[in-house]
Amino acid sequence: MATHTAEPAADGAAAVEHLTTEDRIWLLRAMLLMRGLEERAMTLYRQGKVPGSFYDGYGQEAVSAGAAFAMGPEDRLCILHRDLAAHLIRGVTPTRILAQYMGRATGITGGRDGNVHFGDRHLGCVGMVSMLPDMMLVATGMAMAFKLRGERRCALTWFGDGSTSRGDFHEAMNWAGVQKLPVVFVLENNQYAYSTPLEKQFAVDPVERAAAYGFVGVTVDGNDAEAMFEATRAARERALAGDGPTLIEAVTMRMHGHAAHDDMKYVPKEQVEQWRKRDPIERQEARLRSLGVDVDAVRAEVKATIDAAAEEALAAPMPDPATAVDGVFCEGEAEPLGDGNAPWSGFTRSEAVA
Amino acid sequence: MPTLTYLQAISAALRDELRADERVLLMGEDIGVFGGAFKVTDGFIDEFGPDRVMDTPLAESGIIGTAIGAAVVGMRPVCEMQFSDFISCGFDQLVNVAGKMHYRQGLAVPITVRLPSGGGFSGGPFHSQNPEAWFMHAPGIKVVAPSTAADAKGLLHSAIRDPNPVCFMEHKHLYRRVKGEVPSGVFETPFTARVARPGSDLVVMAYGAMVTVALEATEDVDGASVEVLDLRSLVPLDEEAILDSVARCSKVVIVDEANSTCAAGAQVAALIAEKGFEDLDGPVVRVATPDVPIPFSPPLEQAVLPGVERVRGACRELLAY
Repeated sequence: MATHTAEPAADGAAAVEHLTTEDRIWLLRAMLLMRGLEERAMTLYRQGKVPGSFYDGYGQEAVSAGAAFAMGPEDRLCILHRDLAAHLIRGVTPTRILAQYMGRATGITGGRDGNVHFGDRHLGCVGMVSMLPDMMLVATGMAMAFKLRGERRCALTWFGDGSTSRGDFHEAMNWAGVQKLPVVFVLENNQYAYSTPLEKQFAVDPVERAAAYGFVGVTVDGNDAEAMFEATRAARERALAGDGPTLIEAVTMRMHGHAAHDDMKYVPKEQVEQWRKRDPIERQEARLRSLGVDVDAVRAEVKATIDAAAEEALAAPMPDPATAVDGVFCEGEAEPLGDGNAPWSGFTRSEAVA
Repeated sequence: MPTLTYLQAISAALRDELRADERVLLMGEDIGVFGGAFKVTDGFIDEFGPDRVMDTPLAESGIIGTAIGAAVVGMRPVCEMQFSDFISCGFDQLVNVAGKMHYRQGLAVPITVRLPSGGGFSGGPFHSQNPEAWFMHAPGIKVVAPSTAADAKGLLHSAIRDPNPVCFMEHKHLYRRVKGEVPSGVFETPFTARVARPGSDLVVMAYGAMVTVALEATEDVDGASVEVLDLRSLVPLDEEAILDSVARCSKVVIVDEANSTCAAGAQVAALIAEKGFEDLDGPVVRVATPDVPIPFSPPLEQAVLPGVERVRGACRELLAY
């Protein structure tokens, strides 16, 4: 894959020195959970139990799993709609995610917002809005506060190829570059913004724009969780060292339609077939099998988790209509975001990093 | 008690908050080295440094969006729009990200957005607007609009200490024209209405610069006892004070400097129609800027902005009803 800047592209091989076997299993587990939960949610959608539409990240699991795995507990994340693995890594339970999809009272937003529009504030995450990529500026502002306060933390956000056409992309890239902020921008290039292909979106590969704003841009195989981890780990190191932002372009493919209602007939079949051969979960499984890991046991464990979560979520109550107008304003003290889980052994081994 | 201009009162509130709370941070275009287009933050950079009196890139969406990010990790950003008109470029961040955050995620966004607003000085269509109603219509955002120096200070303290996004509508035409005694130190003015002058025959309800117009217009309307109610806060709207005034006076004139359709005054009129109808002794009368962009040339601008004569005429007509 071409690299557009002086920075070498991260690859899975370079990641190995930072990842234990247990870490590599974690990455697989997060991706399997994401895919399994989204498949279950799609079934629930077809059964009429998920209102609205449903958006999934089939085929893109490595992007959020790998990037989120590199983030520390005190780092802060603004997560996009095809990045479920990031929520799972930060510690959101599968039960609450399925409850969220079904608009239940026990979902992360308690039914206030739908499907993937959520972020658990207690775990250091802010949920996205539909105007993309608004969260790039929010993440930039978090990083600005970290820098002003002299804290060794960073912010990370994901956004898609379509987002690169909007003004907030440019405002965030410029602001982060001018102030040299500890922020990681993950551009999830999944080839289509709804039905619009890349050639109608930009005239130059957006990773090249990083240089124009004065920071590093790297292109990564977005279907390789370990490569995503390594690129993000390196970007975070740069951020914490005071070397400013990084734009990571994760090249991947949206294997399903924009949402459940989209049959994706505008995508050539051959394109889908080609990308199917590069499935991120199969790739991680092959790696782990070669290390002698019992991958089937991981799969079985994930399936059991999802079955139990679905049962629990289906039993959860719907929200009370009497609460529909509550909570528009904060009545008490403003409580900032809390810390999230950070299962990477690089954090759990060293207290100093947290 | 020192006498300050409306502008000095705003400066004093900002200075007090920067001194009192290290989480407070000012962000805006040209507010640091230059001291702001209206000199509200003149000299601040010397006392507080360039990090806390931040000259930002020329990017209003960027200002609001990064302020939101800083707020959710514990800061108290105060954003200056150089002119309130420019908030249109930051509208999405304010309305969709900040305004809906607490309802959706239980996450508070304590940001204050200072919006130098209003016309009367040939600012033309892009430097004279009163955009408060845009934000009254967007859930999750508070909107306040002081008319006096004391309220400019007290409401700004309250806005900065509020855990929610607050639009602080500061009227440019009042900056150096309005003066008054302002208590020293921090004091928080509640987001409620204020009786600017009590009366019993008719009440004029207004906010911001129109309070001054209302007071002057009704100093003597053929000897009638005219109340002036300064709304001060548009979100929340002080229903109790509004309905009390209606009950006392029975005749109501509502003045907006904003364009008439769906203005703040339209909401006040609707409230009175719904909940104060039995106390009325005449139609609710509205005086507002017609639905046109604010023109540049003085005779054109004066033709559209509500002035003393129009307000007095409306009162006289309603008193005779």
